[in-house]
Amino acid sequence: MSELWALFLRAAFVENMPLTLFLGLCTFIALSRKTGSALGLGIAMVAVMGVTVPLNHLIYTAVLAPGAWAWAGLPQTDLSYLRLIAFIGVIAATVQMLEMVLDRFFPAIYASFGVFLPLLTVQCAILGGSLFMVERNYDLAESAVFGVGAGFGFAVAVVMLSAIRARLSYADLPQGLRGLGITFILAGMMSLGFAAFAQMVAS
Amino acid sequence: MSAPASLRSILFSPLLRQNPVTLQILGICSALAVTTSMETALTMSGALTVVLVMSAGLISVIRRHIPDSIRLIVQIVIVASLVIVIDQILQAYLFEISQRLSVFVSLITTNCLVLGRTESFSRHNPPLRSMVDALGNGLGYSLALTVIGSIRELFGAGSLLGWQVLPTVDQGGWFTPLNLMLLAPSAFFLLGGLVWAIRSVFPDQAEALEYLSPDDPEASQ
Repeated sequence: MSELWALFLRAAFVENMPLTLFLGLCTFIALSRKTGSALGLGIAMVAVMGVTVPLNHLIYTAVLAPGAWAWAGLPQTDLSYLRLIAFIGVIAATVQMLEMVLDRFFPAIYASFGVFLPLLTVQCAILGGSLFMVERNYDLAESAVFGVGAGFGFAVAVVMLSAIRARLSYADLPQGLRGLGITFILAGMMSLGFAAFAQMVAS
Repeated sequence: MSAPASLRSILFSPLLRQNPVTLQILGICSALAVTTSMETALTMSGALTVVLVMSAGLISVIRRHIPDSIRLIVQIVIVASLVIVIDQILQAYLFEISQRLSVFVSLITTNCLVLGRTESFSRHNPPLRSMVDALGNGLGYSLALTVIGSIRELFGAGSLLGWQVLPTVDQGGWFTPLNLMLLAPSAFFLLGGLVWAIRSVFPDQAEALEYLSPDDPEASQ
C-alpha cells in the first residue's frame, strides 16, 4: 500500500507532467487564463488519465506486448510497434465516451468543460502517461495509481498557474513580456518549486 | 491565410514573424523537453519537420475525400503511422539518441503543431502550398529548438554538439558549468526570454493589456 502511495506522490509531484516533464504544455498555457476553466481541465485530466492508462495497460499486455500471442502458437509475434495507434484510438474513444456520459447525466459539468474536452484527445500528457506506463513496466494497480496521480499533478499545477496569472493581470509588465512570455517565466518558477519535491520521495 | 500569399512568403514568414513556438503556442510540449543538448534538439527538429511535411502533403492530397465529421481521427491515424516509421528508423540507425529522446519521438503524434497546421492549412490548400507551409513551420520550430538547445548546452556543459567550447573547471579550464541550465526550469526561463526578445523586435505581436475591462468576459480572450 505504501508503495502505491509513494508512486502516487511521485507521479503527482516529483514527475509533475507539465512542470518537470513538459508534457501537455499547450493546454497548460492556453487554458490557464481563468481559474474556472483550469479547474475543469484538471478534473477532466484526472478522469481521462485514470481511465486510459489502466485500459491501455490491459490492451498492451493482452495484445501488443512481445509474446502476448504465445497461447495461439505465435511466441515470436511482437506487435508493440503498433502501440501508438492503439493508444491514440483508446484515448479518442475514452474522451468521446466521457463526453457522451457527461452530456447525458451531468449537463452542467459538460457545459462547463466546453470545447476543451475533445481537445484532450491530442493532449501530450495523456498519451505520454500511457507510453511511460509501457516504458516502466507498471502492473495494473500501479498504472491506475500512476494515471490518477499524474492527472492530479496536472490539475494542481494548472490551477496554481491560473491563480498566479489572475493576480498578475493587473501588473505593469514590459510590453513584450505580457501574456505568453510572463507565463513561461511563471511556469519556470513553479518548476523550480516543484524541483524541491524531488527529495520528498526516495526513488 | 486570407489573401493568396506567394510560396516564398509562406515559407519564410513562419521562421520569425509567425514562429510556431513563440507566437502560435504550438508544439512547445516537446520543444522544451528535448533541448538539453543540441544533438537531441536537432534530431527532434529533423524528425518533426519530416513528419510535418509528409503529413501535410498526404492530407492535402486526400483533403476532398475526408468526411468532415471524422477528419480528426483520419488525420491522427495518418500522423501516427508516419511517426511509427520515423521512430523505427531512429531506433535502427540512431539508437543512442532515440534512447535519450525516450517517448518524445512518439509524442510527435500529439504535437499540437502537426495537427494545428494540417487542420488550419492543409485542409484548404493544394499539396505544394501545404508542404511549403509545413516546411516553413518545421524550420521555424527547428530554429527555436536550436537556439534554446545551443544556449542550454553551451552554458550547462560548456560544449556545442559535443565539442568542448568553454573549457570546464574539471578539465583544468576556467568555466564552471551552470547545472541549472540542464534542469527543467531554465527551459521555461529561456523560452520566456526568447518570446520577450522576438516581441521586442516585432512590437505588433505584443498582447493587449488585460485589465482594461476586467468584468467583461470578452476582454481576456
